[in-house]
Amino acid sequence: MDHHFILRVVAKMLMPPIMLYALYVQFHGDFGPGGGFQAGVIFAVAFILYALVFGLDSLRRVAPPAIVRAGVALGVLLYAGTGAYSFFKGKNYLDYSALADADHAVGGQHLGILLVEAGVGLTVASVMIAVFMAFAARAPEIKDTDW
Amino acid sequence: MKLRNLFAVVMLSGVFSLLSASLFVAMDAVDVAFTEAAVGAGISTVLMLGTMAITRQEEKPAQHSRALPFLVVLVTGGALLYGTADLPPFGALDTPVQQHVAPEYIERTPTEIDVPNIVTAILASYRGYDTLGEVVVIFTAGIAVIVLLHGSSRPRRREEDEEAES
Repeated sequence: MDHHFILRVVAKMLMPPIMLYALYVQFHGDFGPGGGFQAGVIFAVAFILYALVFGLDSLRRVAPPAIVRAGVALGVLLYAGTGAYSFFKGKNYLDYSALADADHAVGGQHLGILLVEAGVGLTVASVMIAVFMAFAARAPEIKDTDW
Repeated sequence: MKLRNLFAVVMLSGVFSLLSASLFVAMDAVDVAFTEAAVGAGISTVLMLGTMAITRQEEKPAQHSRALPFLVVLVTGGALLYGTADLPPFGALDTPVQQHVAPEYIERTPTEIDVPNIVTAILASYRGYDTLGEVVVIFTAGIAVIVLLHGSSRPRRREEDEEAES
């Protein structure tokens, strides 16, 4: 897609706002609609757009498959680890009030929600990028005349 | 209407997904609408196009009769329509779903969790177990796809095989 000059410029311009919006959705999930699931998908969209316009090899340089695959597992680990932490603090599994002092239970809830949503976002984004990579790696290079 | 061109089918399903997202907005389920727009209309369409690039763009003509599938669709659709007749009216307050645990969540969230979006409080804290399960489902599905399609190493290995054969 070397000759699609407008497409490449527009894609480059769109990527930062997409990522910024994903972060907004991630961290504003406590106040408005959104959360880790939606943010993860939106964040992955930026990478997929990059791969669609600049090719899969460029994406592999930006997001090495090994790191993406590690992200898939790390997100679940962060979520389950938050639960395990409160478990070993003597509270129920995933009871976030263990993350703060007894008189700051609400703050513990806030921190807990932040952590598990981060885990959700990491796993969802990594899975989406990894699945797209898996599909795109098998497809032959699509010529412009095929469409 | 008959469509054999799968590209058009994928695009239509994306449009349908976007339309249902606006339907969810009209029903005040913004979180669900957000997910539908991002996953259903966005990522699914891209993955479907990716699948199409691997396989083919035209559907094969059906070999068998269409009578049985049509009957199944008719019966299922009729049963669903019959079931809708007994549903409470849209927005009714005295439905079981509004009286079970929902009032308790609405009452307890400001003091216990203190986040303005009650959906997030339920999703991440009260129902933290469920959400952990959902994340594990996504994790498992992702791993399964990676294992099945084997990521990037497949084409390279084929080249090596060809080299070994020659």
